[in-house]
Amino acid sequence: MTTERIKFYQTGTFTAGNRLLDEATRTVQSRLDRTNSLNSGHRACQGCGEALGARYALDAAMRASHNQLIAVNATGCLEVFSSPYPESAWQIPWMHSLFGNAPAVASGIAAALRAKRRDDVTVIAQGGDGATVDIGFGCLSGMFERNDDVLYLCYDNEAYMNTGIQRSGATPPFARTNTTQAVGEHPGNPIGNGKNVPRIALAHGIPYVATASVADLHDLERKVTKAIGVRGARYIHVHVPCPLGWGSDPAHTMKVARLAVESGLFPLFEAEFGKVICSTPIRRKVPVERYLELQTRFKHLFGPPQDTEALAAIQAMADDNIAVYGLME
Amino acid sequence: MRMQIEGSQAVAEAIALCQPEVIAAYPISPQTHIVERLSRKTKQGHIGRCQFLNVESEFAALSVLIGASASGARTYTATSSQGLLFMAEAVYNVAGLGLPIVMTIANRAIGAPINIWNDHSDSMALRDAGWIQLFAEDNQDAVDLHIQAFRLAESLSCPVMVCMDGYVLTHAYEPVDVPDAVQVNAYLPPYDPVQVLDPERPVSIGAMVGPEAFTEVKYFLHQQHLRALEVMPELVEAFEQHFQRRSGGLCSAYRMEDADIAVIAMGSVIGTIKDAVDELRNTGVRVGCVKIGCYRPFPKFQVSALLEKTTRVIVVEKDLAVGMGGIVSADVQSALQGRQISVHTVIAGLGGRSISTSSLKHMILEARAERLTEPYFLDLNKTVIEQELARRRDIRRAGPVAEHMLQTMNVIGTKVS
Ligand SMILES: Cc1ncc(C[n+]2csc(CCOP(=O)(O)OP(=O)(O)O)c2C)c(N)n1
Ligand code: SF4
Ligand SMILES: [Mg+2]
Repeated sequence: MTTERIKFYQTGTFTAGNRLLDEATRTVQSRLDRTNSLNSGHRACQGCGEALGARYALDAAMRASHNQLIAVNATGCLEVFSSPYPESAWQIPWMHSLFGNAPAVASGIAAALRAKRRDDVTVIAQGGDGATVDIGFGCLSGMFERNDDVLYLCYDNEAYMNTGIQRSGATPPFARTNTTQAVGEHPGNPIGNGKNVPRIALAHGIPYVATASVADLHDLERKVTKAIGVRGARYIHVHVPCPLGWGSDPAHTMKVARLAVESGLFPLFEAEFGKVICSTPIRRKVPVERYLELQTRFKHLFGPPQDTEALAAIQAMADDNIAVYGLME
Repeated sequence: MRMQIEGSQAVAEAIALCQPEVIAAYPISPQTHIVERLSRKTKQGHIGRCQFLNVESEFAALSVLIGASASGARTYTATSSQGLLFMAEAVYNVAGLGLPIVMTIANRAIGAPINIWNDHSDSMALRDAGWIQLFAEDNQDAVDLHIQAFRLAESLSCPVMVCMDGYVLTHAYEPVDVPDAVQVNAYLPPYDPVQVLDPERPVSIGAMVGPEAFTEVKYFLHQQHLRALEVMPELVEAFEQHFQRRSGGLCSAYRMEDADIAVIAMGSVIGTIKDAVDELRNTGVRVGCVKIGCYRPFPKFQVSALLEKTTRVIVVEKDLAVGMGGIVSADVQSALQGRQISVHTVIAGLGGRSISTSSLKHMILEARAERLTEPYFLDLNKTVIEQELARRRDIRRAGPVAEHMLQTMNVIGTKVS
């Protein structure tokens, strides 16, 4: 059997394309023997960035761990669309307990494996931004602080999507959600709120922290693979557009995710033991409007009249990221 | 080996003998001495390769055990009061998932007002979460129930809470026979999980279940509890064979042979009630006592059978269903459905108030004379309440109730006794 039958296009990107790479450097996703950890047949919306992000990350993790993986899932879209019995889409040992305890459940699995002298199995915990930055934050910080042997994957779609698009601590300023409506004096999510959990993870001094985007498959897979090779608490924050919640075209999921990176709004970086060690450069900076205008959650910013102040504030955030993480160097 | 030992230390020794593989705990009085000793023993390597996790909350403690138990490890934690409520969501989750976790509840009141002393409000709040609930009468009982609890939990794949009265038992030094490893190993087989997270045989645990099967899944759990009613007497028999003493069990009777009046209770107050029974028996009152050792599942038929000849039942309980009255008494009432028998509810010992034999004797005689209000609050200071009610009528911004009551009572600092 040849690998020619797999087609893998990323049109409109700067990526060379898998078929032009030698086999060893191709992505796990492009391989015939990928595990499809999250198999087809689940119930995610069309163009769901979270479904893609989870499959990309877990297939890479499966390969890196020689298929010795156990995953814990917080309550949320990923858990709900993937799992109603008896139609679980999971091909790997998978457990869901509650919305706010995935990091602790994973710590418990890691502890049990240690008690049983199994050091060949990797434990992953995964959850949405709500599960991670809000309700599960205490458990996450505890898992970090104890340096438990767990890789935590946050799929950040910037709101509580499973319950119908409500604001979370990761919702960006000005975004419209169903609890930060585009009405009143300051339409959308108030500026100045929110928390940057990758930076908080970094402050715990854990062995590995990274941000990744569903639009940069090579980078995402590389980071997951690297994280699997490290012991102790590890954290990867993956940016995953949600067409339903963001009001973007399901066909534009990759484009939207890529523009978040290329505008500087979602910086890609890696950190080890509390220090940022590298960032992924932006190749051609785009103004934030190119990203925002594809999403109805920011529609109120474009007027008429256009909210130039808000747009400038968002641009300032992007410019700040570019400066802080050296994205244009 | 028989030794003079604090209840908490004895329980920690019993847990260590059961060889848990993962313990996770968060400190709260009066549970602390148990987990402190276990942390020391694990660190010294005295419990095999057991992992002791110091976590950031009770919610995390039980969540850690969820993961560990689903990975095939024997697991243990202990908590009290606010701690149990803080983990409430996980408590239900454990039962729903059918994970045989064992947890000690060092029973303590629930605030506000914040109060660290003993009553049963904490276990009662979670009584219907799907955990088996055993109540210890004394520290020997506490030790023995924990050993039985692991065998019971693992045989049914159902979690068990062992409830022991905070301070009254946890901090009391009594002679206790702490068994040895050979005895415990002979009684308690290794944990053989019914479901396990294993990369070689992937399963999905904890996925969503809709209306099609939710009732059946819950009924199954109920059925496991009913099975526990059958299994428990067998475990008690087996325990007696291995350890040469009788401990635990669903419920038991004291001087009930010809009793007209039965006093029903759970936990350490049973000792005081037995004293009151003895003293009243000396004056010719035909009274006995029934101990409920297993509260969930509730041994309806067994309790009812012990009350065959009784005409009056007094349930003494250390909890309060606000706006309703008794909790245990409601269960006793349902066990006695269709029988001509008066059931009195007596709320006693809330927030650590001591329950004296004289108050109990007085209450029993009042019940016999049909003079008890329903529910009856043992040793209630009515004057204080009337004064506070009057204040509330006169002053809108009357301030914190608790503070004024203590002022009225002229108490300086909180008195414990
Ligand atoms: C304790 C608790 N509170 C609230 C909920 C309701 N709830 C379930 S999923 C969810 C939102 C999940 O948001 P997020 O973690 O961002 O994941 P997403 O669905 O966006 O992928 C909420 C609020 C719950 N299940 N449990
Ligand atoms: S609501 Fe968003 S995150 Fe949830 S399944 Fe749909 S696209 Fe995915
Ligand atoms: Mg989300």
